[in-house]
Amino acid sequence: MIVGQQKPFEEIWGMVKDFKKVLVYGCNTCVAICHAGGEKEAEILASMIRMKAAQEGVNMKVGHAAVMRHCEPEYFEPLMDEVRTYDLVLSTACGVGVNFLAQKIGNIPVYPGINTTFYGAVPKPGEFIELCAGCGNCILHLTGGICPIARCTKSLMNGPCGGTDRGKCEISQDVDCGWYLIVERMKQLGRLEDLVEIQPPRDWSTSFHGGPRRVILEHLQDFEEKEEKKA
Amino acid sequence: MKSGSNLERVILSGKPAVTAELGPPMSADPHEVIEKAHILKGYCDAANITDCQTAVVRISSIAGAALAFREGLEPVTQMTCRDRNRIAMQADLLGAAALGIKNCLCIAGDHQKFGAAGRLKGHPGAKNVYDVDTIQLVGILKKMRDEGLQQGGDKLQVAPKFFVGATWTPAGDPIDFRPLNLLKKVNAGADFIQTQGIYDVEIFKKQMEKARNLGLHERTAILGGIIVPRNFMMLKYMDSAVAGVTVPKSMLERLKKVKDAAGDDKKKSKEMQEAEGIKITVELIHQVLEIPGIRGVHIQAIEWETAIKEIVQAAGLYPRPTFTD
Repeated sequence: MIVGQQKPFEEIWGMVKDFKKVLVYGCNTCVAICHAGGEKEAEILASMIRMKAAQEGVNMKVGHAAVMRHCEPEYFEPLMDEVRTYDLVLSTACGVGVNFLAQKIGNIPVYPGINTTFYGAVPKPGEFIELCAGCGNCILHLTGGICPIARCTKSLMNGPCGGTDRGKCEISQDVDCGWYLIVERMKQLGRLEDLVEIQPPRDWSTSFHGGPRRVILEHLQDFEEKEEKKA
Repeated sequence: MKSGSNLERVILSGKPAVTAELGPPMSADPHEVIEKAHILKGYCDAANITDCQTAVVRISSIAGAALAFREGLEPVTQMTCRDRNRIAMQADLLGAAALGIKNCLCIAGDHQKFGAAGRLKGHPGAKNVYDVDTIQLVGILKKMRDEGLQQGGDKLQVAPKFFVGATWTPAGDPIDFRPLNLLKKVNAGADFIQTQGIYDVEIFKKQMEKARNLGLHERTAILGGIIVPRNFMMLKYMDSAVAGVTVPKSMLERLKKVKDAAGDDKKKSKEMQEAEGIKITVELIHQVLEIPGIRGVHIQAIEWETAIKEIVQAAGLYPRPTFTD
């Protein structure tokens, strides 16, 4: 899932303080699971802004709402008439949601209430860890299911650097060395020797370095077109 | 010969090679590099010109190497994967070759968070590159030299002829993989290897045995890394804070005793510890050179280049071989 963290309140206040009618708009999927931007968090944040406005003597109306996914129009379109009655939307969706809504909403600004951080998992309640970098060319079958791009600080493709210290990365004792994990996992699978094969320089064009990416499923587009014609 | 560098010639001659290290300054003033080049000249076969080590901005390795080369010191230019993509790396190395530089050491580079281990501000917010890793970079240099091709496949009218080096951390985690890591570097085309600093010779012997069993000592020239312990605190730091380095307790105690014996006289304490540090270094050099498959030593006297002369002489490694043609 996409993991996010709410922005510091002072930063949020700096964004919203000059507006008269603000909607804090949550998203109930990924960012709700990581307690950053679901309906509950949107409601709390709306209250905090109201209290701050009262303290500062600023005349401001603050509402809140949430939909299931900000990344698909069918979820947020039913609410658009209501949303357009505000003069600022403070979105607590991930950056995808903020971008997508900003393109659809018209003359109203959409500001981010959270920082979108990474694609991660929840190893235990209250902890979220980055496991994938979305590079567009997966090689997890070669590395025991542990990603050297996302989990090695230097995204090294052919083994650890000299900075591994007791299984941890040179940047912090709180960060596992990705290559230590890969080597241990390959030993467990009896496949350590597989790592001797040299991975050549990567083609990074499948990642963001090739420019903003899109995926087209022609069979689905054709299907939708036919359905529309039928209707 | 692959490059015709002095380092390559010494290695081919079968005599133990000696490389040293020259750290360029955080300054646009060339004189420090020039002075250090004069200090090292004649006491090593080539000197590594470090490439923004510990992620601190300094005179670049290639510019430093060109300055040293002008003074008659053969440089080993370093290229970190941290700071450049493959386009910049190849362009810079074509330039290095055009300037007469013949050795290149490929390294990952300390993470930008380091900033001289926290002693300087550094640039912890910098974006790193890691377009290619060290093993891939070794392969790129070999392809440029032997096939006259850039990584992307375009032809080079004149190929850069580098003697290609890589590093090895024999005692680092995960220790089972370290010999295989060396194998990969050799398979990629590393002509010489400089190891991380060795204090625990026993661990190094065991890893060298594994390297010999893979036949690596015959396919590359392994130079044992020696980091000169200048004082007790530095040695303690090397033991506790530097990844892949362990210092035997007896060695720590030996330098601690010297420090304690010197008492409160700071000048005396410094001199006594430095003298003992040089003794330890010479002993380490002898022990490392005795290990089968070792072809030389890489001596790092960090910010203490003046110690190299005494060390190389005391180790019986002076004068260095010279070639007339």
